Amino acid sequence: MGALETVAFVILATLALASAMVVVFHRTPVVSALALAFNLITIAGFYLLLNAQFLALLQVIVYAGAIMVLILFVIMLLSITAEPRLHRSGSIQSVLAPLIALGCAVALGLAVYRGSEGGKYVVSSTDFGTVRSIGTELFTTFFYAFEAISLLLVVAMVGAVLLAKRRL
Amino acid sequence: MGPQWLLVLSAVLFTLGAFGVLWNRGAITILMCVEIMLNATNLAFIAFARQFDSAEGQIYAFFIMTLAAAEAAVGLAIVIALFRLRESTDVDELNLMKW
Repeated sequence: MGALETVAFVILATLALASAMVVVFHRTPVVSALALAFNLITIAGFYLLLNAQFLALLQVIVYAGAIMVLILFVIMLLSITAEPRLHRSGSIQSVLAPLIALGCAVALGLAVYRGSEGGKYVVSSTDFGTVRSIGTELFTTFFYAFEAISLLLVVAMVGAVLLAKRRL
Repeated sequence: MGPQWLLVLSAVLFTLGAFGVLWNRGAITILMCVEIMLNATNLAFIAFARQFDSAEGQIYAFFIMTLAAAEAAVGLAIVIALFRLRESTDVDELNLMKW
């Protein structure tokens, strides 16, 4: 990566971390949801830096578009102004949550540290990350997985309708 | 700027999301923290795809994205059902199946 990419990385990383903090710690769900939308868009920026143009586009359309609209829709449908945030002090969760998060951080840090030698980018081929290369891979090597995921979407749709129905 | 910095960022985001899931009580916030975790893994997958010049990482990220959409749909339907029953989104009140 060149100097310009480094600058872009630092800015995007700061924004991504700050917005993720807002999602986790803010009390109002609408603010959290908008911060999450912002976070997802910064992550799309990382995808662009990593030559994944198709996925960056999908990220904006599917995540920032569809999923965030769904979440905001539910928040406004139920008109939740403030969610209960922290677990009551003295509950099991309030003790275990920081411990488990710390354990997760240590494990991931070790994994990244162990794998950090040989961390170089291969020069990417010209059609890397384009719709054509992804599509070819998707409809040849990953054909059955692709069909299975479409089945999953149908099941999720039916399940969501069933769950949200007033009376079964 | 090597790929390890992206992995560090991905690890930090994942930890933050995991902490949010464990720490919060609001069901919708928990769902949003799960989205952060899924995105952190996606970032790692795409960083590896770029590092090894292989489309497979991007395909996995694509599948995770689809999975996240399904998860959000079903999860939010459960939140609506819960809200109808309990008039709140507090997961501590989800004790119908307590033994």
